[in-house]
Amino acid sequence: MNFLQMIIPLNITKTISDWISSIMPETAASYTIMVVIAVAYLALFAVAGLYLVLLERKVAAWFQLRIGPNRVGPWGLLQTMADALKLVSKELTSTIKIDKFLYNLAPYFVIVSALMAMAVFPFSKQFQAFDINIGVFFLIAISSIGVIGILLAGWSSNNKYALIGAMRSGLQTISYELSVGLSILTMVLLTGTLQLSEIVEAQRTGGWLILQGHIPSIIAFMIFMVAGTAETNRAPFDLVEAESELGAGFHTEYSGMKFAYFFLAEFINMFIISSIAVVLFFGGWLSPFGITENIAWFPEVIWFLIKVLGLIFLMMWFRWTFPRLRVDQLLTLEWKYLLPLNLMNLMLMAIIIWLNWTI
Amino acid sequence: MSYFSDIYKGIKTLLTGMSVTGGYFLHARKGAITQEYPDNRETLKMFDRFRGEVVMPHNADNRHYCTGCQSCEIACPNGSIEIIWDRAVDPATGKKKKKIDKHIYHLSMCTMCGLCIEACPTDAIVWAPNFENSVYDRSALTKVLNQPGSSVLDGIED
Repeated sequence: MNFLQMIIPLNITKTISDWISSIMPETAASYTIMVVIAVAYLALFAVAGLYLVLLERKVAAWFQLRIGPNRVGPWGLLQTMADALKLVSKELTSTIKIDKFLYNLAPYFVIVSALMAMAVFPFSKQFQAFDINIGVFFLIAISSIGVIGILLAGWSSNNKYALIGAMRSGLQTISYELSVGLSILTMVLLTGTLQLSEIVEAQRTGGWLILQGHIPSIIAFMIFMVAGTAETNRAPFDLVEAESELGAGFHTEYSGMKFAYFFLAEFINMFIISSIAVVLFFGGWLSPFGITENIAWFPEVIWFLIKVLGLIFLMMWFRWTFPRLRVDQLLTLEWKYLLPLNLMNLMLMAIIIWLNWTI
Repeated sequence: MSYFSDIYKGIKTLLTGMSVTGGYFLHARKGAITQEYPDNRETLKMFDRFRGEVVMPHNADNRHYCTGCQSCEIACPNGSIEIIWDRAVDPATGKKKKKIDKHIYHLSMCTMCGLCIEACPTDAIVWAPNFENSVYDRSALTKVLNQPGSSVLDGIED
């Protein structure tokens, strides 16, 4: 079980894993540890997702010169907790003539694919649940599964708005998956590896990849942020749930906790897109200029979270600035602008690496 | 090559928009337009054009400007205003003169259209910025606008 490098740099996890190994046979112990890690990640990212919702509401309020949630708990810190409790206690309603099996399955597709992607991220040198050598490929594959959940939700709801929203989501994901993949590929050209921890290690000497690859890296980063915003179905690409046209799009007919799963998955997906960008462009958990490299006890996960929150703020900035695109504008942007630019950029990167012009 | 200039213009306009909203974000703490209503009840100032309810201002001697001409009652589209009037001898001239007994205003029926205030020739009724109109009994929403014992200010008809 060498892939199970479950080691958060706190001694408590080491103690727990030693203790589990001591009371069980080896196979049973490794499975137990897997379950423990899964439960820990689930709890961690459910709470993280809730606080991202709070952050989004606060940031939205400040962009619109409002105050935002400030009543539940100090500075409104318990607001989204209270919302989640309310959603848990709500009745799960459904309409007539729905496809019951698919209707109930769809939210789990979305949330599970979002949480699965979290497993491969190197939050710090030791804090990584699942370090596979095709990490980037795994991420691209997993992030496309979520759209199946959205399509199922729209199809099984027996609602025209939900179906239109789901179809738009399929269209959008198929289109923008190309740009995400190609811009990631541009960066993979530079590192020569798909393993996320090695991509981070490659940036320890020679600086972050966005500096190493200079011009094509910056272009790839811009394309990645545009396509990544589209992948997460957030404004200005939120024509999947377009409140003003489609009610709530694919989750029109969902209530209670199932709705909360879709909502939470959107924010976890935002976290994933930002994390990919941080690992591929901004050096993962490496500190800027190596300022904390020699401090042994410094939790490097803090640098990772600071960078991720910065990119999440950028995506929120997009959301509260730009108006929603029409479907034809969405496809024009992808097929006429992003894709040709991306292919040119890939060529440029290949030439730069061939001529050894990287910094 | 309008293709690349389109891309350039697109990025430029997007960044312009982001700088505008970013500017808002930076001074959101000072410039927030939110009124935290129940907390700032003492200092809350409503706007000049706010339409809360119709009132009849009285001066210090308990005099008002209403001559009882009934223009407001006629102007009201849904009968929110009723005027009970009478004739009495004016002590100054010795002639019989119309005067109001009760200016009754049904706030529960009022749509805040403001036609009564436009119709009033003497500006006897005006808008008040009071918006806390919840009561437990709807009969409390039927108000008599002229205060008891009040009378019309002399010379207002001229």
